[in-house]
Amino acid sequence: MKSEESALALRGLTKRFDRLAVDALDLTVRTGEFYALVGPNGAGKTTTLRMVAGLLKPDAGSVAIFGIDALADPVAAKQVMAWVSDEPMIYDKLTPLEYLEFVAGLWGIEPKVSQGCAHELLSSLGLGPHMNERCEGFSKGMRQKVALAGALVHDPRLIILDEPLTGLDAVSARHVKGLLGERVRGGCTVIMTTHILEVAERMADRIGVIASGRLVAEGTLGELRQQNGHTDTSLEDLFIALVDVKAEAA
Amino acid sequence: MSSATALSWFARHELRLAWREWLAMMTGGRRKRTRVAIIGLIIFAAIMHLPAWAVIGRYADVEAPLDKTSAIVLTSTIFLAFALMLSQAIESVTRVFYARADLDLIMSSPARLANVFSIRIAAIALTVSGMALVLSTPFVDVLVLEGGARWFAAFGVVIAVGITAAALAIAITIALFRLIGPARTRLIAQILAAIIGAGFVIALQIAAILSYGTLSRFAVLTSDAAAAFAPEADSVVWWPARAALGDVGTLLMLLSASLVLLGVVMTIFAPRFADTAASAAAHAVASRQSRGARTFRKGSRQQALRRKEFLLLARDPWLLSQTLMQLLYLVPPALFLWRSFSDSSTAIVLITPVIVMAAGQLAGGLAWLTICGEDAADLVATAPLSPSSVIRAKVEVVLIAIGAVFTPLVAALAILNPLQAAVTACCVLIGAISATAIQLWFRVQAKRSQFRRRQTSSRLATVAEAFTSIGWAATAALALAIPTVAIVSGAITIAILAATWKFSPRRA
Repeated sequence: MKSEESALALRGLTKRFDRLAVDALDLTVRTGEFYALVGPNGAGKTTTLRMVAGLLKPDAGSVAIFGIDALADPVAAKQVMAWVSDEPMIYDKLTPLEYLEFVAGLWGIEPKVSQGCAHELLSSLGLGPHMNERCEGFSKGMRQKVALAGALVHDPRLIILDEPLTGLDAVSARHVKGLLGERVRGGCTVIMTTHILEVAERMADRIGVIASGRLVAEGTLGELRQQNGHTDTSLEDLFIALVDVKAEAA
Repeated sequence: MSSATALSWFARHELRLAWREWLAMMTGGRRKRTRVAIIGLIIFAAIMHLPAWAVIGRYADVEAPLDKTSAIVLTSTIFLAFALMLSQAIESVTRVFYARADLDLIMSSPARLANVFSIRIAAIALTVSGMALVLSTPFVDVLVLEGGARWFAAFGVVIAVGITAAALAIAITIALFRLIGPARTRLIAQILAAIIGAGFVIALQIAAILSYGTLSRFAVLTSDAAAAFAPEADSVVWWPARAALGDVGTLLMLLSASLVLLGVVMTIFAPRFADTAASAAAHAVASRQSRGARTFRKGSRQQALRRKEFLLLARDPWLLSQTLMQLLYLVPPALFLWRSFSDSSTAIVLITPVIVMAAGQLAGGLAWLTICGEDAADLVATAPLSPSSVIRAKVEVVLIAIGAVFTPLVAALAILNPLQAAVTACCVLIGAISATAIQLWFRVQAKRSQFRRRQTSSRLATVAEAFTSIGWAATAALALAIPTVAIVSGAITIAILAATWKFSPRRA
């Protein structure tokens, strides 16, 4: 596969802290697909995605986003992607609308375009009545939704989300899933880490299972079942089987 | 667990928290540094005896009965300490109300809240008095060494003043809650703390300028007018001064009165403490409405970043109180400047170092808030801007803000003395750039809410920031008075900056 055809291509990506967190990881995510990265705690999911987002420098390897070398030209790579962390980082003293204006300004989006988009996004996430209130009194779920709206306001081609459903109630989680699904149908690529395997099972086109910094399995749910000789198991059973095998091998 | 046991257990818990908070403040949160911090503190305390000796050594021989001038100077010094302690206590009480760290746990427990909050009030009194005792030790030591053991009574006065300040702070803060509600109390209390802390000194300075055309506070305190207005020798106003001189009876009266006041405050306010804390917590949940929808503004990415920084700075209560403090300190020199328009006093040179010093200090705080205090660090780091353009935009914000605050003063100075205005402007700029550079070299990502703790993240950066501010202030004054010596002062300040850079983590 040529790198231009993929939304994300990681080759030999390595990061070591006091131990090896990501171990020569190769990963390809196709344009327009919903990719779920699952794995046990400390497997290296967040570290991998933080390196892709440009928040961490890898010790070795390459990161290509829509063919752009993200290590050589980080500004060009950042222009087409958005990052949402599990801990929503927003400004307490800004209102959601002011926050979105700031994000749109950072990405250089025309105010005429971003203003309409901001109102639409906040309304669709149920934040319409709160768009002129400062975020300081917001619950974690509301803050998560503001952060998500910020990621979507500049219409990125690649959205990277680290545990985006943590702290959201059932209705909000459905809103977010609907919004992400819409984006994927519109041609956007979504990469998401999640502990909620049911979400990965229902939403993702392909699932990558990561353990000890390496990709131990990858494919659609059907392919994962086939690879492991099961025909009718849930992702949860598959995940436990895969991670157990990896742990035993280690 | 009996009620008494529960109370003593909670008192121990409060003391442990206060001790750990103090230790974290001293060590910058690094436990391995405890020994270094203690040694540093001992050395600092030893060094502090020198300025203490220089300032109050000459008063060690003062004995009762006091003449009016000595009584005024001593009482004013004690009142100044009281104002500073009251300022610190108001800040502590506000923090207790608004920090929800353990209030939910305490208020949901089956403990009697009036008792629990009585202990919390006592802990505030103890913390304020303890800190005051530590800071006053070099001064009292000097007085004891020079004037005899009777001066040990001064420690008792410090304790009495600390307890009184804590009691009044609680009464003031809860009264503010009742009068203006929790939404405004936080900001008003912080501003009040800043005004009380600086107000007394500044008021004396203003009186000195208006009456005697000098910046010296002692001109007012030692004047015949002050002596004429002062009450008679047996007045209760002089009790703290008499107690400090070793009058044991008066000291015991003072201590008793302060304890009674604290007891009354505990009895009246401890049961309301829970309600007040609950109101503050409810305020934290309620959102503040900003003005209605408006159109998004056009501009470059750097402009978006600058706009956001200005908006956050304008909405920052801590910064507001800090800036107010800096501006308050600028009132006397500004007044002095205005007075000097009518004559050609050479003392006007004194204004320049004050302005330069204030600019350096304010720039340090602003630089920390914009560069280190980034609440959405991930967002800015993943935005399509190079790190250098992000830093440039943030530095520009600091310099623009400094320019906005100090340009009117420099412009006024320019009408009177263009050369002095030019020197002041240059040194304000250099001082602001130096303070910003130090923050850049030592930057550690933090939340804006950690602004109060900014000085604990790097002791070296704090000391360097203070010394470069002083260095540029001295250089500016010398450039106007003895230009050749200014070259030496400037070179020393540059050397301090270079040494700071050499030891900074950014270089490593």
